[in-house]
Amino acid sequence: MSGPILQLRDLSVEYATPSGPALAVSGVSFDLEQGEFLAIVGESGCGKSTLLFAVAHLLTYPGSLVGGSVVFDGIDLTSLTPEELRLHRWRDISVVMQSAMNALNPTLTIGAQLADACQAHTNWDNERIAERSAEVLSMVSIDPVHLKSYPFQLSGGMRQRAMIAMALLLEPKLVIMDEPTSALDVVAQRSLMRQVETLRRDLGFSVLFVTHDMSVVSHFSDRLAVMYGGEIVELGVTRTLFDNPQHPYSHGLMEAFPSLLGELRPLTGIAGNPPSLVNPPPGCLFAPRCPHVMDECREVRPELVTSEGHAVRCHLINRAAIQ
Amino acid sequence: MSAPILKVESLSRQFRVGGFRSRGQLHAIDEVSFEVAPSEIVALVGESGSGKSTIARVLASLYPPTSGTVIFEDKVLGRRSSRSVRGRMPMVFQDPFGSINPVLRVGHSLLRTLKLHRPDVSKARRLDEAVALVEKVGLTPGADVLQRYPHELSGGQRQRLGFAQALASRPSLILADEPVSMLDVSIRIGLLNVMKDLRDAEGVSLLYITHDLASARYVADRMIVLYAGRIVEEGLTEEVIGAPQHPYTRLLMSAAPDPRLRFAEYEGAEDLGEPPKVINPGPGCRFAPRCPLAMEQCRTSTPPMVQLSPTNRTACYAVKKS
Repeated sequence: MSGPILQLRDLSVEYATPSGPALAVSGVSFDLEQGEFLAIVGESGCGKSTLLFAVAHLLTYPGSLVGGSVVFDGIDLTSLTPEELRLHRWRDISVVMQSAMNALNPTLTIGAQLADACQAHTNWDNERIAERSAEVLSMVSIDPVHLKSYPFQLSGGMRQRAMIAMALLLEPKLVIMDEPTSALDVVAQRSLMRQVETLRRDLGFSVLFVTHDMSVVSHFSDRLAVMYGGEIVELGVTRTLFDNPQHPYSHGLMEAFPSLLGELRPLTGIAGNPPSLVNPPPGCLFAPRCPHVMDECREVRPELVTSEGHAVRCHLINRAAIQ
Repeated sequence: MSAPILKVESLSRQFRVGGFRSRGQLHAIDEVSFEVAPSEIVALVGESGSGKSTIARVLASLYPPTSGTVIFEDKVLGRRSSRSVRGRMPMVFQDPFGSINPVLRVGHSLLRTLKLHRPDVSKARRLDEAVALVEKVGLTPGADVLQRYPHELSGGQRQRLGFAQALASRPSLILADEPVSMLDVSIRIGLLNVMKDLRDAEGVSLLYITHDLASARYVADRMIVLYAGRIVEEGLTEEVIGAPQHPYTRLLMSAAPDPRLRFAEYEGAEDLGEPPKVINPGPGCRFAPRCPLAMEQCRTSTPPMVQLSPTNRTACYAVKKS
């Protein structure tokens, strides 16, 4: 396997707000290998969607990239002009948005929208476009007769799968997904996730997947990054992180799900609210909500320390690791 | 079990769909019957389009039923509800951002509810009562919360406020329509605990409408599984979760993600989760087209609810009494 397909280094994004700049993503670094499925989880407002927007260069005012680099396949995307960027979009990187209801144009047929993407990025003739459109729709288990259907004629699950078909149209190397399953029922959600998994195995693209519901990705992602207040607080192999969460926040997130088949016991969730991103506290951002908070946590921001491929940002864990 | 506070008998609601000459009738709920006992949380579980919200809306008299009766506290509900019924059976809505008036302080709507529904509380005592209410749902300090505007509260806090508002009229049953589905996972559990507290401390019953089986298991005493407008299975929560009888309940169980468990492939046909069509449905079980156990009989006649155990009822021909 050659080098990582995507490298983020110290990526920071700010939003201009009336009360000053809010640092929505601060110093995020990670590598995404070819064919890897990396899931990013966290609460609303933790910066997970902003991070995806920054990777895809879709940030618009009041958001702006204030530091760091996004290297995709050896090219620093932050240094490209809009026209150069356009060449990579959809061909190399595609995005599946949260709500397929809003992402598809209600006045055009599915086929017309697929053809539109092809015409914008390739010089294929109509026959080739029709052939490829039918092919991608079959890939996501939608009958190609629906090329002539309008979005309203499809169910929510089908629309979301049509979005994925569109994302795979030009065989990108990286597919970015922003909560694609949040509007779906459990059965449809499961089926969609399995389909993404099968397609990824067959076609070999990488997936960057954002969700607030860890249980959705628990069985599908290779690695999991937990974000809190714009920072990555824990990053590791999904199974390890689920079985043995290190950071108190990850631990709290695990404790927030009632189990369906396991033992039934009272849960507490995480008390308190996410931190202000405009005037963040000086120490650890999670300190005000942390059950294991120490004096040090309120003063010094912990670093993300990696040991044996598992990164954690917590004084308590880092201290234990040194001793 | 003491006498039920809510008794729903063969409730149906149809909607006309399509253009004005259309004969399309969408059967949102069909012949639904169930009961809710005092101090009981009943979960109504089903996917989108299964009719679970329609049931809540018919109960809240937002829509009149097409047929069937609702008996609440020994009285048959008419086509229009009186203020007293609305106060005894209030509703908490799904969207905490759309269900609170953004231009009025939090205290305003609570005090108004007290004024309209609680003549026993004197004007002077209303504020104290409102403070007590918001503190019951975990919003502290109460006096401070009442002074705020809704935009100053987070989604979880707003939804707690929704419960305080429902509680203000001294209800016997709260209709909670997906109260946690728009909240972050880390906040949901707090709300579910509020629901349990209300049952235990206030003796209120709740009809908890959700598509999330795991959260239903966490709070509910009994569970009713709906599919395409019909009840397919009903029983004690642990019984339904531990030994699901209807093939649809089994499908739901296998699709629900549980990170604590290892990945196990669902055995059986690949199910894409396509919802059924309920516009002018013919006879037969509505789950039959997706059902791995479907027989000839399933397509021609509707399976009746069969009492499988003293507490479990299931509507399926393929499931036999053991």
